[in-house]
Amino acid sequence: MVKALVLTGYGINCDEETAFAFKKAGAEASIVHVNDLIKKPGQLKDFQIFAFPGGFCYGDDTGSGNALANKMRNMLWQDLMEFIDQEKLVIGICNGFQVIANLGLLPAIDGKYGERTVALAPNNSARYECRWVSLKGFSKKCVFTKGIEDIRMPVAHGEGKFTTSKDVLEKLVENDQLVFKYAKGKGLAGGEFPFNPNGSVLDIAGICNETGRILGMMPHPERHIFFTQQDDWTKQKETLKRKGEKLPEEGAGMKIFRNAVSHFK
Amino acid sequence: MDFRVEVFSKVPDGRAITLLKKIHAMGFPNVKNLELTDVYTVSTGLKEADLQKCGELLSNPVTQGFSVGKPFVPESGFDFVVEIGFLPGVTDNVGHTARETISDFFGEKASGTDVFSTQAIFLSGEVSKEDTMAIGDGLANSLIQRIHIKSRQEFESDKGMDVVTPRVKLNEVPSAERVSLDLDDAALTEIGKKGIANKDGERSGPLALDLESMHVIKSHFESLNRPPTDIELESLAQTWSEHCKHTIFAAELDEIKNGLFKGRIKKATETIRANMGKDDICASVFVDNSGAIFFDESFLVSDKVETHNSPSALDPFGGAITGIVGVNRDAMGFGMAAKPVVNRYGFCFADPKDAKLLYRAKGKQNSILSPARVMLGVIEGVNVGGNCSGIPTPQGFMYFDERYKGKPLVFVGTMGLIPRIVNGKNGVEKKAMPGDAIIMAGNRVGLDGIHGATFSSEALSEGSPATAVQIGDPITQKKMSDAIIKEARDRNLYTSITDNGAGGISCSVAEMAKECNGCEVDLEKVPLKYPGMQPWQTWISESQERMTLAVPQEKVDKFIGLMESRGVEATVIGKFTDSGKCVVRFNGKTIMDIDLEFLHEGLPKKVLKTEKLEQKHAVPKFEQSQDFNAELEQMLSRLNICSKEFISVQYDHEVQGSSVLKPLQGKGRVNAETSVVRPVLDSEKGVSISQALYPKYGDISIYDMAACAIDSAVKNLVAVGTPLGKIAILDNFCWCSSDEPGRLWQLKQAAQACLDYAVKYETPFVSGKDSMFNDFKGFDENSKPLKVSVPPTLLISSFGVLGDASKAVSMDAKFAGDPVYVLGVTRNELGASEYFASKGFVGNSVPKVNADKALKLYKALVGAIDSQLLASVQPVGLGGLGVAIAKKCIAGSLGANIDLGKVTAEAIERNDFLLFSESQSRFVVTVAPENREEFEKALEGNEFALVGEITQGNLQITGLNGEKIVDAKVADLEEAYKKTLRDY
Repeated sequence: MVKALVLTGYGINCDEETAFAFKKAGAEASIVHVNDLIKKPGQLKDFQIFAFPGGFCYGDDTGSGNALANKMRNMLWQDLMEFIDQEKLVIGICNGFQVIANLGLLPAIDGKYGERTVALAPNNSARYECRWVSLKGFSKKCVFTKGIEDIRMPVAHGEGKFTTSKDVLEKLVENDQLVFKYAKGKGLAGGEFPFNPNGSVLDIAGICNETGRILGMMPHPERHIFFTQQDDWTKQKETLKRKGEKLPEEGAGMKIFRNAVSHFK
Repeated sequence: MDFRVEVFSKVPDGRAITLLKKIHAMGFPNVKNLELTDVYTVSTGLKEADLQKCGELLSNPVTQGFSVGKPFVPESGFDFVVEIGFLPGVTDNVGHTARETISDFFGEKASGTDVFSTQAIFLSGEVSKEDTMAIGDGLANSLIQRIHIKSRQEFESDKGMDVVTPRVKLNEVPSAERVSLDLDDAALTEIGKKGIANKDGERSGPLALDLESMHVIKSHFESLNRPPTDIELESLAQTWSEHCKHTIFAAELDEIKNGLFKGRIKKATETIRANMGKDDICASVFVDNSGAIFFDESFLVSDKVETHNSPSALDPFGGAITGIVGVNRDAMGFGMAAKPVVNRYGFCFADPKDAKLLYRAKGKQNSILSPARVMLGVIEGVNVGGNCSGIPTPQGFMYFDERYKGKPLVFVGTMGLIPRIVNGKNGVEKKAMPGDAIIMAGNRVGLDGIHGATFSSEALSEGSPATAVQIGDPITQKKMSDAIIKEARDRNLYTSITDNGAGGISCSVAEMAKECNGCEVDLEKVPLKYPGMQPWQTWISESQERMTLAVPQEKVDKFIGLMESRGVEATVIGKFTDSGKCVVRFNGKTIMDIDLEFLHEGLPKKVLKTEKLEQKHAVPKFEQSQDFNAELEQMLSRLNICSKEFISVQYDHEVQGSSVLKPLQGKGRVNAETSVVRPVLDSEKGVSISQALYPKYGDISIYDMAACAIDSAVKNLVAVGTPLGKIAILDNFCWCSSDEPGRLWQLKQAAQACLDYAVKYETPFVSGKDSMFNDFKGFDENSKPLKVSVPPTLLISSFGVLGDASKAVSMDAKFAGDPVYVLGVTRNELGASEYFASKGFVGNSVPKVNADKALKLYKALVGAIDSQLLASVQPVGLGGLGVAIAKKCIAGSLGANIDLGKVTAEAIERNDFLLFSESQSRFVVTVAPENREEFEKALEGNEFALVGEITQGNLQITGLNGEKIVDAKVADLEEAYKKTLRDY
């Protein structure tokens, strides 16, 4: 069975629903406290997927994701590198994305893990934004997002504005590392609020590393694993009912978790 | 060595842009540019060479740069700097995290390091020093923060801002003192009012013990042949306070010998439980930190709504965050510990545009905070508290009335989820055993919140005493919450648990001691934020984020080890006994030795009398407008009706993956009265959540105000399909001047309505909380004394269990062609309505609730929803039918053709009255055309009418004489609905 480690501790708070999504996708998911991992880093060998869930680790103090990234860099760096070398999968969602960006697991251009070259800065609105967004999938190489073109899910963050240098941005495009962009209708958001909820450059909502096996994204796929989690499900339900069609149970976000699990099958 | 690490932004900083806008809005348009730096003042033994590393650890190289030991100067220049930091002793979360990061990296080398965080704001433009000071005052709260200002010139000659390490310095030697009560009544009254005097005659702060209580205490200690100690008096004051013992609800009131709580509220619940027999939904009522009902075979769902009014008036952010994080602990401290699964909120404010201040002292001294500042601070407090804790906040309200200007009302609630069986035992039962260790877990204890705070402005200098206000630290609590609920509870590591709220450990330990009949505490073992606190201060401090647990001796090491491994401090501070006494020692010396019986039951019972309060208002006389488009728009724009979207989107309502019906519904994003969550991810069951209050109705009839609140709180849950018999409610009475017989008469009326209507609807009260003195006494700008009292406010919060959450119905219109029905009867009941208020009248005909008719309708509607016959349901509330129909259209981005002549109405001849009457127990619903017949059959025997249909076009309404009175673009209505609060 595919095993997923879902990290918890210090204010991570989406661990349970992220573990639930992996289980629903057929994995065995274990929620592991960061201090237990530091104590027994060897247990990482048992897992194929490492998930950094959303949350508010250290309350975003000293910058979102920064304090936990510092801790993990100090205590777990070698183990993380081994995990990545073994061609396993890493996903960081929301605060988890902020952590792995600060750890330099992303975008790791030219394999330079540990170098911080992208940041998730405070939203242009300087306020926490919880709302559903439309995304367009771009990457051909990202393992998690195979077959995903258009997908909706919620964002909920105060610091999600994807920021980087021009050089890095060019590399990301060149290397097919841009995974998700915020969309509006059939096109891209073009920076327009609230479709692009935070002011991210090029509407970037998620990126992967060069191998496509490490994904970081601000929106929450684990919050769209049921039909009834959607913001417009009651309207969809009424539409389907009148056509005499059955209501689906599952939500589109499940695809990301299923892709991850089936990668090892 | 102390040095400053200054972190600045290298890219455009969204925070700075927003702050600049805020400063412009504060009335300083001359500020042209603004830059922000996050400053860490590090006090450490680290060598100079290590300092650069600190900068690296505390900044992001992509977006930020840093400067260590030399001042950062913005490239664009500046004219003034405002630096804002915390006063000594105030929790500095950012500083704590920075210290942990530095210690993690340097290890031993960095031991003893302290970090203090501040933020520096560089202003440029034509601003004076006075302007800058005013800006600083506007941004900081002088109760908890210090402000430091320098001009460019001062900055340059001083070589930057000063290096300040705000540490608390207390010089007294801690000890407990004996307090002689061998005094006359005047002196006893003085102690009860102002506290115990120290050697210099300075008093310790209000005990709120009346003379009668002081006499009881005096004679008790006389019988013991010794005077009490200060800690004993303080402890009695805490335990006997209105806050803890609800003395007014417990008092004999006129003919109600057993008081309003037992004789009305609790009686309602007892009557309902007896009537429902085996269908009783109550699992735990009124005995614990929350109340709970059955969710399914495996779980209970608990709920509790608290108020945090006074703290929020003084420090809106701090009051609100400690409120929400505090009520989270009412879930954690419920039964064997429930997981917080939903936060709810409710705010009562004055108009945020009201800029006229009130003052606590003559001569425009000591002003209260403006309504806008209170509003934004409170909203932000619940935002940070809820979001950081990972608890969804899907439901709440904001209500405005000018009488909330002196004191806002801040309601915060938390629902919890707990297994019915925990370690083989009933999950709601807990029992500390004699011999169990008393363990305090979570935050350390400081001087915060003693006596609910003394709130004087302190000089902004190093070494000034710790202030009485506290900042919440949600992450410390989240760590503790996870460690207890997700690990310790299911490993059976404790026998009992409760939270530390009012009265701190003095109340939590003494309360748990009732379970085994005694306790002994060694107070010097309590971990403190700083040395030098007096024993009584440690005992009653309300420092946040703490739980008290009873842990069997053989499990103490395991429990503490688990907490340590989760970054949570836990300390044995004593043990539970069966001695019948509450004994406290300090360094081996007994300083408190009180019979538990006296501590808990010694309080003299009050006898109160009421006096009828007559209220009569002028008969409203005005012609109805000819322009109903404009009339509908002005109604939609009213503060109590308009969109609160800016709050809904800043509160995470999706976390935990439980969201089903959200705070904003439909494409048009209209705030819904009811939310639904699915707290157990693999169960299809849902929990519906709503609330209602009608403070203005109390200007006419308090009884009907309470009846309408209960009816609406129930109606809102019915609207999404919650079956009657599966609904529980909570009461929050926020009264004013509760020592006046007239106000007490009103209280009695409201409590009577609670009993009458809860029993009718079979909705048991499971928990509640009151706040009896929401009055402000001060002065206007001309030094004229005034008193501002809140209108007597009863908030009824409701929650219920839905068998299948996917059957829940939202409020937005779904498709053109869908027939529109109005269910229920519209009467000439515009008294205290939003419509009358918009015309400057109160009136006298307040809505009355016919519970029998309502109940019949509600049951039929729930049945129809269960059969999936409804496309949308909107309960009718403030603003009546006109507003309900408009909201339905805005939400669905669809129009409608409505014929008012078809609405079931009694004695209404005016279109405006029909449109805006707030008669209770009504809904506006739509159904799919093919479900018409079946729907009408399901509703048979009830009063309802087909009034029109949904369209693609405008909202068109035909009046009573067949004339078209409304023909409005839905986009215009949406603009009217959204514009009022959009810019906050």
